[in-house]
Amino acid sequence: MHELPQQLANGLALGALYGLIAIGYTMVYGIVQLINFAHGEIFMIGGFGALTAYAILPTGTSLLIAIPVMIVGGAICSVAVACAAERFAYRPLRSAPRLAPLITAIGLSIALQQLVWQFYPDAKKAVSFPEFKGAAFKITDSLAIQRADLFVLILAPLCMLALGVFVQKSRSGRAMQATAQDPDTAKLMGINTDRIIVMAFAIGAAFAAVAAVAYGLDKGQINFEMGFILGLKAFTAAVLGGIGNIYGAMVGGVVLGLAEALSIAYIEDIPGMSQLGGGAWSNVWAFVLLIVVLLVRPQGLLGERVADRA
Amino acid sequence: MRHRSLLVLTTVITTGALTLTACGSRDGGDSKDNGGGKKTTVVIGVDAPLTGSLSALGQGIKNSVDLAAKTANKNNEVPGIEFKVEALDDQAVPASGQANATKLVGNKDVLGVVGPLNSGVAQQMQGVFNSANLAQVSPANTNPALSQGDNWGKGEFKRGFKTYFRTAATDVVQGKFAAQYLFKDAGKKKVFIVDDKQTYGAGLAAIFAEEFKKLGGEVVGTDHVTVKETDFSSTADKVKTSGADSVYFGGQYPEGGLLADQIKKTGANVPLMGGDGIQDPAFISASGEANEGDLATSIGYPVEKLDTAKKFIEDYKAEGYKDPYAAYGGYSYDAGWAVIQAVKAAVAANGGKLPTDARAKVVEALGKVSFEGVTGKVAFDEYGDTTNKQLTVYKVEGGKWVDVKSDTFNQ
Repeated sequence: MHELPQQLANGLALGALYGLIAIGYTMVYGIVQLINFAHGEIFMIGGFGALTAYAILPTGTSLLIAIPVMIVGGAICSVAVACAAERFAYRPLRSAPRLAPLITAIGLSIALQQLVWQFYPDAKKAVSFPEFKGAAFKITDSLAIQRADLFVLILAPLCMLALGVFVQKSRSGRAMQATAQDPDTAKLMGINTDRIIVMAFAIGAAFAAVAAVAYGLDKGQINFEMGFILGLKAFTAAVLGGIGNIYGAMVGGVVLGLAEALSIAYIEDIPGMSQLGGGAWSNVWAFVLLIVVLLVRPQGLLGERVADRA
Repeated sequence: MRHRSLLVLTTVITTGALTLTACGSRDGGDSKDNGGGKKTTVVIGVDAPLTGSLSALGQGIKNSVDLAAKTANKNNEVPGIEFKVEALDDQAVPASGQANATKLVGNKDVLGVVGPLNSGVAQQMQGVFNSANLAQVSPANTNPALSQGDNWGKGEFKRGFKTYFRTAATDVVQGKFAAQYLFKDAGKKKVFIVDDKQTYGAGLAAIFAEEFKKLGGEVVGTDHVTVKETDFSSTADKVKTSGADSVYFGGQYPEGGLLADQIKKTGANVPLMGGDGIQDPAFISASGEANEGDLATSIGYPVEKLDTAKKFIEDYKAEGYKDPYAAYGGYSYDAGWAVIQAVKAAVAANGGKLPTDARAKVVEALGKVSFEGVTGKVAFDEYGDTTNKQLTVYKVEGGKWVDVKSDTFNQ
């Protein structure tokens, strides 16, 4: 069991990444009950936006200066695309049957992937992303935390905290809660619900851009397909934590990440289960966990407390 | 509300899976005649991943076959015949490959097909081509079962599809060669084996494991990764704690590059070795951590070092293709040229005209083809496998694949 701390660290970092992306699913779902299937691609575009921002910076810029610029650059791109998607793809369908925007989202997802594939220079295969220089931080002999993992582990709670304060305390945040609770009444009370919905998309996209920078720094590469699987996992995390609940998204992400890491490492050590362990089965175990949670708590881990969701 | 999220989840996942498989073909070629007189048009089909993460290899295959067809037309290789190429995209998805195979079979001008890249895709195409009697030459498939039958491992060789040929050597040759190099030349005794669960990757890893154990090496652990996933840090940590002195990866470069990178990041300073699937510049360029010392086997001698390949490289440059010929360019050119030679033989046997049962005649002629190609002598044995069993081990040195050992494999 000497590798347990290491596997926990891996799972936490992966889960924090899932959580950051899951925010986008859960915010949008909380307010307009739409599964924005293109959110994985918003994440991907955030990554390419960040890379473009990095390319504009003079070569040799220290990563400490570059990272904020990359996050801003990535966020500008992803927020712009998300707002455009909301305005031109989802808003016209807001009163349409629920399946119409869902299918639109899937179509948008493919379209965005192909656009990047076609038009971003060299994006037909994975493109390199700047990485942290230097070795991992050695905490103990059996625990080393990668710099990029540390980055996401610090940034994700900070982002969550900021979002929590924003939703609870600020005027716009309360308007958001009101819209989530009852859009029609909110509108009658003078809330510009269209603006609130755009805001939900934008916040989700900005979080996705942060996640994309963290992802790129960790893996050292990004590609046009990376949003697909990660988006699916983040969506799973959102459902696991209770879709519509922003804290649920983070909790779901962390639980999912831990489940994957631990199942890769330990299932095969259980006598008689060696065939069912390892990386081949990690997704299976993650989804088994999802099903079990949904059987016991169909509303997800943190429930779908209607008054709170935003 | 409660049931909706489950319903939506299943919908999304199913549709997600469908989108992966559904967006397949794109019409590449045009079948209309140039009006160049009485020349008969013969179409060489190409099936390869032209989009997606393996497109670097697929585009190289397409362009190289295109070059073969252009060369044949220019030299008037087969009098009275004008060659055209129709390239279809399979996105490395078996179902798309099968749909493309059906489409190619439907075009009566198609007398031979070059492709596909992936062994898993080939499995789905073989049957379609076999029942239509349409010749298929793969430049890249390496799974032994494709030509020697499912029981090849038990020593029962049975050719399942008389229309299937390949210019690539099988994984038996490649996996054993890799095991021998890693054990004898590199002196590694404890290996950790990872594969991607695909036909190619899992097959190659199994052959490698068997040979490595036979030589006296120890397999200290195994794991699997899922294609298109990117976080392998848990698997990487298992490699580190297992105490392995080397890793063998059966799979393609997108996952291979990430895995190698993440293993190095754990601090485990062990080389990763793989097959021709990872021997691509993208394996190195895609990840930031240095891949120095990682190894890969590839079929044939390095194209750049073969005298026979010089003309191919020059011509390829002269044509100004957008993508490089990549790992399988030479084999694709040879595969295309083999089809052209087979058409030539069929036409010659029929008094200078295309026979009425041209497809059957081309399959027949293909079995007897023999010429000096880009990658050496091109000929097929009784299973449709190439008789050329040259292999090379490449090593990452200074951010580039450098060949360190080339040899002809005999059991």
